[in-house]
Amino acid sequence: MKALSQKRRHPLAAIALLLMGLLLTGGLYAVATTVNEAKASTAEFTASDTQEGEKLFEANCATCHGMGASGTQDGPSLVGVGAAAVDFQVGTGRMPMQMNGPQAYKKPAQFNDTQTHQLAAYVASLGAGPAIPSEELLDEKGNAAEGGELFRVNCAMCHNAAAAGGALTRGKFAPALADVSGKHIYEAMATGPQNMPVFNDSNISPEGKRNIITFLKQIEANGSPGGADLGALGPVSEGLFVWIAGLGVIIAFTIWLTSRTS
Amino acid sequence: MSAASTAEAPAYVANTSVGRFTDFVDERVGGSGILREFGRKVFPDHWSFMFGEVALYSFVILLMSGTFLTFFFDPSMAETHYAGSYTPLKNVEMSVAYSSSLDISFDVRGGLFMRQVHHWAALLFVASVAVHMLRVFFTGAFRKPREMNWVVGGVLLILAMAAGFTGYSLPDDLLSGNGLRIIDGVIKSIPVIGTYISFFLFGGEFPGTVIISRLYTLHILLVPALILLMIVVHLFMVVVHKHTQYPGPGRNDRNVVGYPLGPVYAAKAGGFFFIVFGVIALMAGFFTINPIWNYGPYDPSPVSAGTQPDWYIGFVDGALRLMPGVVSGFHFEYIIFGHVLTLNVLLPALVPAGIIFTVLFTYPWIERWITKDNREHHVLDRPRNAPTRTAIGVAGFTWYSVMWAAAGSDLIATHFHVALNDVTYWLRALFFVGPFIAFAVTKRVALALQRKDREIALHGRETGRIVRLPHGEFIEVHAPLDEYKRYKLVGFESLAPLPAQPNEHGVVTRKENRRAKLSRWFFEDRVAPATPAELEAGHGHHEAVEAGEGQKTLSH
Repeated sequence: MKALSQKRRHPLAAIALLLMGLLLTGGLYAVATTVNEAKASTAEFTASDTQEGEKLFEANCATCHGMGASGTQDGPSLVGVGAAAVDFQVGTGRMPMQMNGPQAYKKPAQFNDTQTHQLAAYVASLGAGPAIPSEELLDEKGNAAEGGELFRVNCAMCHNAAAAGGALTRGKFAPALADVSGKHIYEAMATGPQNMPVFNDSNISPEGKRNIITFLKQIEANGSPGGADLGALGPVSEGLFVWIAGLGVIIAFTIWLTSRTS
Repeated sequence: MSAASTAEAPAYVANTSVGRFTDFVDERVGGSGILREFGRKVFPDHWSFMFGEVALYSFVILLMSGTFLTFFFDPSMAETHYAGSYTPLKNVEMSVAYSSSLDISFDVRGGLFMRQVHHWAALLFVASVAVHMLRVFFTGAFRKPREMNWVVGGVLLILAMAAGFTGYSLPDDLLSGNGLRIIDGVIKSIPVIGTYISFFLFGGEFPGTVIISRLYTLHILLVPALILLMIVVHLFMVVVHKHTQYPGPGRNDRNVVGYPLGPVYAAKAGGFFFIVFGVIALMAGFFTINPIWNYGPYDPSPVSAGTQPDWYIGFVDGALRLMPGVVSGFHFEYIIFGHVLTLNVLLPALVPAGIIFTVLFTYPWIERWITKDNREHHVLDRPRNAPTRTAIGVAGFTWYSVMWAAAGSDLIATHFHVALNDVTYWLRALFFVGPFIAFAVTKRVALALQRKDREIALHGRETGRIVRLPHGEFIEVHAPLDEYKRYKLVGFESLAPLPAQPNEHGVVTRKENRRAKLSRWFFEDRVAPATPAELEAGHGHHEAVEAGEGQKTLSH
């Protein structure tokens, strides 16, 4: 102790303290983030998956994302994005990207499940990141009502309360969520693709994510109790419908009723 | 009922028991007299005259379906936990109002259908009022003696919007709560008194615990009572003024050509009620409206994407969306003596609506002042025969429509794959230039149609038959119109600019000069109807068409 108290006025003491502080916070942050993401890790990747994935990556992705996925001017580095990000982007066809634009569109997937799995294995091997969620989080047996509340507070401002999607600035948009698989919904929340923010496990717990998926799947399965939903777009489609269809039919009747005379 | 039973002939006794019964009633209430008077009122037949009826019938349907809904709706904002049959909301904390709206939708037999009937009827009610007003405007039916009835109609439009908005907020779902929050913001932007009004209305800070029950009282008591009163005044004036008619042979400002109310028109109108009811019922049966269960309970923290009001409030929402916060460094928000003045809420929320309704209410007097026309008009103008008025109407409608479209800017962006910002920029530009473009285009189209009418009146219809004359000339044979059709094309009045007139002191006032200027602007471009002399001489060549007397030559 005495040695420490003697050296505390040493010119380098401040620097040493700063270093220690940085190391501590950085280390804690690293532990905290990996702890969050590691929970959902279940997908098992073999060495051959990683090797095959690397080949696929170099042939299809490296043009933009760079060799070793270290990023270029045209595409970000993928080190640490995790298997979940790959599974979402490639699995929904958003990657490889059709063209540059404000946002990648969903399209038929270019790689089959095995290839997607191999690509995910390769990217996951580059650095720790969110993993593909396990089956029990996607069983759609959570609490729909709680999921609904989480959805309205966290998601509805972009995706619309009925998950019908919505516009963002400058050509970006939040897509409609009908027909999106529970796995992809989970991965989107965990990785924040395109313009979506990341909802990590301390924002919304895995159980909360499971509830949100349950809610979305349940309102999708419920359908529309009141008849055709007109796109679930709210008062705009309702107004359009009453002006065009409602008034249109009534005008047709008025013409019929008055057609006998001049 | 038609048995001749009046007080002067008490000795008459009807043969049948029904006859005696009706006689008894008639002697006491004078039904046959009323029937004789009203049954013989004549209504001209035209499809565009029926929108007022659509509005009236929608209102009757609203009263009936609304009464049903009041049996089950509870306008309380007390907190409860949902225990109905819609599982995605099971046990969610919500207001009693929202819970009872969900019960109407899922647990009351026929409740969802009735809710949808009520909401579709409300949209159709305001839409038919709007179309009815457009018809009245574009045909000039607001002219003397109907100016006051036009104003009553305008009041009815505002009341219809008020009825709609108060009803829209009642279910206390997320969508309507978001809408109410916007209204609260608009109220609070009013300088000095805004915050006081807001606190008075909501009984404290938004959302409070009283607003739903207050809106409910307005929605089911005050507003419908006022609408009913205005409808009575409106229809009374229709009876006093008699109905207008389109121009045609034998029709003038002193007669009405059409069918009597009884029996033909009464049958048609009665049947039409059921047609309107049927159309609304089919819409309610097959198409969802306002799926409140999708939106969840209101809570001031979440805001849903794609939050819009019902269509009739859309233009105010659109104006708010179009207003920029900052224009190249120029701010619209000021702090004056510690009070915030937010012009970027106040201006778009109140100014366009203020302009639209001010012009709407004063237009009959504006046109009356310009034309100095004090005659009664019962024969309508075809819109093309009043080019400037028609152009003003279309310009106003375009302005309204730009704001209306702006309320759906996010959906335009997502569905047409364009950037939301670009939609806003274009609509902002159209907000300023759209009405002018619409005015110019409409006026030219109206004048062109008038010239086409004139040409057809003078030369008849082109038959497409080409004949070669003995000396080699080719002509196309024109078939002359029959007199009835021709009357429609020539039987209108084309007003000319009225120069400034001196007043009783022989002085031409500045106001009069302004009026003359406006009159010139209004009527300088005109196509005069073909005169009998021209019609007589008109069966010659095409060149003669333009040579109407007193007609200004139009440039192409």
